[in-house]
Amino acid sequence: MANSNTVPGAAVAAGGAGAFDRRDSDWYVDKAVQGLVFLCGISAIVFVLGIFIFVFKEGVGFIFHHMNVREFFLTPYWFPSDADDPEYGILALMAGTASVTGLAMLVAVPFSLGAAIYIAEFASGKTRETLKVLVELLAAIPSVVWGFIGLVIMNPLIIKWFDVPVGLCVLNAGIILGLMAAPIMTSIAEDALKAVPDRYREAAEAMGATRWQVTYKVVLPAAKNGLLGGVLLGVGRGFGETMAVLMATGHAVNIPDSVFDSVRALTATIAAELGETVVGGEHYQALFTIGILLFLVTFTVNLTADLIVRGIRKG
Amino acid sequence: MTTANAALFQASSLNHRNARVQSLYRMLFGLMTLMLIAPVLIILGTLIHKGGGAISWEFLFTAPTDGMRTGGVLPALLGTVWLVMVALLLSVPIGIFAAIYLSEYAGDNWFTRVINLAIINLAGVPSIVHALFGLGAFVIFFKFGTSILAASMTLAVMTMPVVIVATRESLQSVPLAFREACWNMGATRWQTIRKVVLPNSITGILTGVILEVSRTAGETAPIMFTGAVFFTPFLPQSVFDQTMALSLHLFVAATQVPGIAEEVPFGVALVLIGLVLLMNSASIAFRMWLRGKKKW
Repeated sequence: MANSNTVPGAAVAAGGAGAFDRRDSDWYVDKAVQGLVFLCGISAIVFVLGIFIFVFKEGVGFIFHHMNVREFFLTPYWFPSDADDPEYGILALMAGTASVTGLAMLVAVPFSLGAAIYIAEFASGKTRETLKVLVELLAAIPSVVWGFIGLVIMNPLIIKWFDVPVGLCVLNAGIILGLMAAPIMTSIAEDALKAVPDRYREAAEAMGATRWQVTYKVVLPAAKNGLLGGVLLGVGRGFGETMAVLMATGHAVNIPDSVFDSVRALTATIAAELGETVVGGEHYQALFTIGILLFLVTFTVNLTADLIVRGIRKG
Repeated sequence: MTTANAALFQASSLNHRNARVQSLYRMLFGLMTLMLIAPVLIILGTLIHKGGGAISWEFLFTAPTDGMRTGGVLPALLGTVWLVMVALLLSVPIGIFAAIYLSEYAGDNWFTRVINLAIINLAGVPSIVHALFGLGAFVIFFKFGTSILAASMTLAVMTMPVVIVATRESLQSVPLAFREACWNMGATRWQTIRKVVLPNSITGILTGVILEVSRTAGETAPIMFTGAVFFTPFLPQSVFDQTMALSLHLFVAATQVPGIAEEVPFGVALVLIGLVLLMNSASIAFRMWLRGKKKW
């Protein structure tokens, strides 16, 4: 910005073009900071690329040398520590992740949408503030604490109520994961509802619509994309959750027949087995290959959620 | 005349029905909200009921004894403090500068959108994938070994979005007029940011930092293979040491130690959740205080 206080003509007379030259120390500091800030600005991109590159680098040996794509995706046999004939089939692990995440969404989606509607459209004043704070605090409970709750509180309850031998199962992990994902989805959904301009509501209310009619006919359709994006982000969260799923599923390689079956999730497998593997070994690389898969799936889910949410802003 | 008016303003049966439907839905959603919150409160109550007895000064300030079956959590607590401090030292400066770029420099174009997408992904990638990244990059490639440094770097990368998002919001809430006034005095961009924008948003940034402390303290998976260990008799002396951590200690105490006194894992869970909720409440209280005192 070359806004000097001196009159241009006078400056030329006094010191030529040099008087316009604002390259003093402040100018250089400004340029240096601009560079630094830019570097930090792109750091997020660098880190995401870094994650992909390093996880890929460690896992790539398995993909090219040991992996049989058919066996990897389509067989449910995961016996990586068998010395003679290790088997790497992740079908059962995928089934475990899918069943737990699916059940969690069944629990979380209706409740968090309901809670979001109540907080955004019905509650007001102190009630609304209190509920929002509570939801925010719920979202802060660490996943390992949730896993612990599944292990020591839910487990005996499920055994007692449903008369089953083991309470660490799809149902347990699904409920835990649902309770975990619900606060996050509630606050995203509430943001989406709040983003609907108030004039929409006022116009509908002026026509004599009740609060519910306004919500159902006006606000929900307008916030549709944001809500869908929130649900997708919740799916991504549930899919990638590690500690809670590790502790509450029972960790048995199994394609579940009922919600009382123990399963094992993709994420939990990495967490449980990585410590016992040899760096660079086949098993180690196989676990990184699962990591690549997890990365790609969550990346796609996040990208889709972003596109959906942005879609509404543009239109 | 008067009777006609009365009829005009009398609620019709349709109005009555609408009002009934409305209150029904209101109740339904209110109930759903309650059902979302109530189980968690019950669970927290159970944790306090069962673990409250274990909590004492002695529990907080002694090391585990008898093969971790009894004793306190001091090494884990200190380890978590180390991990959080180092992670914050790394992520807060980068996060704040990144937010400054996004709020003060970046234009509304595809490049900014890519950065935003990267931030969303950084927050959305599973924590176990962050752990794999930390292992592959910091432990093996940069040869930090399993150390506080490697674990904290992993945590820093993972939780940076918290700082970025909070800071960006805080910066953007400073009115443009403040900046314009400063520019018109001949200040450079950086002078404006340092003297006008940052002082007016520092409290909001702090809110984000406190929130990050709570996120970082609770993470388990990213530190499992990068620097935290199940048990070590030594307290960490430098960033190149391994350490115990509260979150991992809970996992270990709950699943890996046979014959552990029942209240010990409950006590650990209570300390961890207490730490996290305390930090979060502080952040929320701070934000509310801030909102009350804002001048514009």
